[in-house]
Amino acid sequence: MTSQPDQPLYAARVPIFPRRVNGFFRRFKWWIMAITLGIYYLTPWLRWDRGASLPDQAVLIDLANRRFYFLWIEIWPHEFYFVAGLLIMAGLGLFLFTSALGRVWCGYTCPQTVWTDLFLLVERWIEGDRNARLRLHKASWSLHKWRLRLTKWVVWLVISVATGGAWVFYFTDAPTLLRDLLSFDAHPVAYTTIAILTATTFIFGGFLREQVCIYMCPWPRIQAAMMDPDTITVAYRDWRGEPRGKGNAKTRKAAEAQEAVVAAQAAGAGAARYAGTPYPGKGTQPATPPALDTVSDKGDCIDCMACVNVCPMGIDIRNGQQMECITCALCIDACDDVMARIGKPRGLIDYLALSDEPAERAGAAPKPLWRHILRPRTILYTAMWLLVGVGLLYALFIRSDIELTVSPVRNPTFVVLSDGNVRNIYDVRLRNKAGEARTFRLSLTSDDLLQIGLEGRETLSVTVPADSTVLQRVYVTARADDPAAQEDTTALRLWVEDVSAQIRASKATTFNGRGTK
Amino acid sequence: MSERKTDEVTGVETTGHSWDGIEELNNPLPRWWLWTLYLCIIWAIGYTIAYPAWPMISGATQGVMGWSTRANVAADIATHEDNNAELVSQLVAADVATLPEHPDLNRYAIARGGAVFRANCSQCHGSGAAGAKGYPNLLDDDWLWGGDIDAIMTTVRHGIRNTQDDDARYSEMPAFGEILEPAEIDAVVEHVVSLSHSDFDAALAAQGAVVFADNCASCHGDAGLGMREMGAPNLADAIWLYGGDRETLHKTVEFSRFGVMPPWGPRLKEADIRAVSVYVHSLGGGE
Repeated sequence: MTSQPDQPLYAARVPIFPRRVNGFFRRFKWWIMAITLGIYYLTPWLRWDRGASLPDQAVLIDLANRRFYFLWIEIWPHEFYFVAGLLIMAGLGLFLFTSALGRVWCGYTCPQTVWTDLFLLVERWIEGDRNARLRLHKASWSLHKWRLRLTKWVVWLVISVATGGAWVFYFTDAPTLLRDLLSFDAHPVAYTTIAILTATTFIFGGFLREQVCIYMCPWPRIQAAMMDPDTITVAYRDWRGEPRGKGNAKTRKAAEAQEAVVAAQAAGAGAARYAGTPYPGKGTQPATPPALDTVSDKGDCIDCMACVNVCPMGIDIRNGQQMECITCALCIDACDDVMARIGKPRGLIDYLALSDEPAERAGAAPKPLWRHILRPRTILYTAMWLLVGVGLLYALFIRSDIELTVSPVRNPTFVVLSDGNVRNIYDVRLRNKAGEARTFRLSLTSDDLLQIGLEGRETLSVTVPADSTVLQRVYVTARADDPAAQEDTTALRLWVEDVSAQIRASKATTFNGRGTK
Repeated sequence: MSERKTDEVTGVETTGHSWDGIEELNNPLPRWWLWTLYLCIIWAIGYTIAYPAWPMISGATQGVMGWSTRANVAADIATHEDNNAELVSQLVAADVATLPEHPDLNRYAIARGGAVFRANCSQCHGSGAAGAKGYPNLLDDDWLWGGDIDAIMTTVRHGIRNTQDDDARYSEMPAFGEILEPAEIDAVVEHVVSLSHSDFDAALAAQGAVVFADNCASCHGDAGLGMREMGAPNLADAIWLYGGDRETLHKTVEFSRFGVMPPWGPRLKEADIRAVSVYVHSLGGGE
């Protein structure tokens, strides 16, 4: 790490102008971007027929009516543990992927990364690649610069509005909301949400970029704790690359030209940042000379700075593992491209496990990938993830279409009637999750001779309208000479039964007696 | 006093205080912090001008915004009353005895009545309506003056044994300490005990039965089953407003009891009286 005693906790932002890069990981990232953005923008528009009384949006967080619809699953507020469970699974999944594959979340799927990537794409289309953007950055504010900047900002703004706009569609019927939004009839909350998300997208994706990762996001620091030497991460094979130097005249010339650009750019405040600390391996060369380069005493790294120029975080991966690195692998693509051109094997910068370093230094083969990934730690994370997942699935499949909650009235705990009988009162909430009205019959089981009665009703049946709840006061009475009337508490179970559908549900509760026994 | 020193490394003067050998540099406050402080002070001054703040001799400054929590609450209440105006007029017009046939109105009446009860009735009858010694339990099935909804409504409207309302239900048990001998009271208490308990002195109770027939039966009935027209309690059941043990009963006979409930007609709105009656009726004892 590059920490030095006099290093300030916050460094002013140095503009970064990542160069365009081609290669396997770049293409992979485009795919990920297309898929994640596609899911984000299109999900609210999926329809799902639930019948006349319920919304037909496949994924809908209906805060007004306190329902969460996910395809065929309908979550009620008291089932919020499903959401909590999914969040726990997301957390454990992040632990698992981080311990196995490093910061792949940061590098590929984090919204900050995806939108920054998208904004960079726009920037490149409008202002050109790295060198053109550097020139434009240094140029004084001419009409040309204003035109390019304003065009870029407008496109960013359109993307930002679309980002904030897509979010609100998850919370209400999307086609209706779109119509309301366009006719300025939508709720102010919708416009406020869009405005806030537009602003954050525009500022975070356009201007703050890697600052968000370094100074605002807690994950880099947390994720570092989940990585160990067996984690697959992006690293520079210094034993192969060092000492840096030029292989032949052609590459030397090209590299010198590159260096001139870099020097010019590094003249500014960026110098300190790019220079970093000297590579610790320098000077202490491995005992075994690098096997890959037998022609010269130089390593494979020709110091072309391609890996630095493409890095969206503005770091030099050759300085070793750094907190800023999001393992997006663009430096791998850039370096592989250069290696191919100078006729060297790929992989000077690569996804690798740091524990393989001694073996590779000695010229031996690294451990196979599965042995890095299958470790007690990753197996434990997987097991925990599965445990929560199976638990949630189990809870999903055992839950009934009818449900009840029973709250015994504790004020007072019991009432003595004129004939000496003891009565307890329970507030029973009956939930009918079906799309039609249902009639439920209440009953109870206990070892004692308890009588059940419903407030305001002659029978023991309650009709609950479709997709709603009914709060029913239930009386349970024990005869004066019954043990339940005399003991402190007696266990009993309240049953709810939909006679026509043969569905039952129950809740255990207690009966409070006089406590004279 | 601490000694002024200069830190060698930074050349900055220290505050002179030393904590375990560590000294604090006497750097000026960060500019952003200072400006935040100034802004907070300006904000605070503006705030005390805009909103009620400074305590004066007879109240606080009112603030130029005309803001007041009391006015806000009053406005909120008015808004809710407006929203519920339709339900309120229905409730005032409805026959409360048939209210359960209108579920929405019934639910509104019970909710409103619950709020009225907690604000006005819970002081005596308890927040759960279980009453206390001398204050009837409204959850049970024993009613001195009747437990159907109209009887409850009459009780709420006019109160019990008060002098403010001419229509209040009124009755008075004489203090038998001035009429009967202590021994006669003991006998009649034994008779009352015998009405609901199995454990009693049969000979004494037989004497008491005579006293009871002469003095008590006119109100409480020959069998001690009480009389609702008089608010005379049933002495043969398991419920005792003041307690059913011999000592308490002796006191009751000797000095008599005289529970008073104020009339709520003048204090509550018509809708509130109806709502609280529906609420009490729904608590479990309604007839």
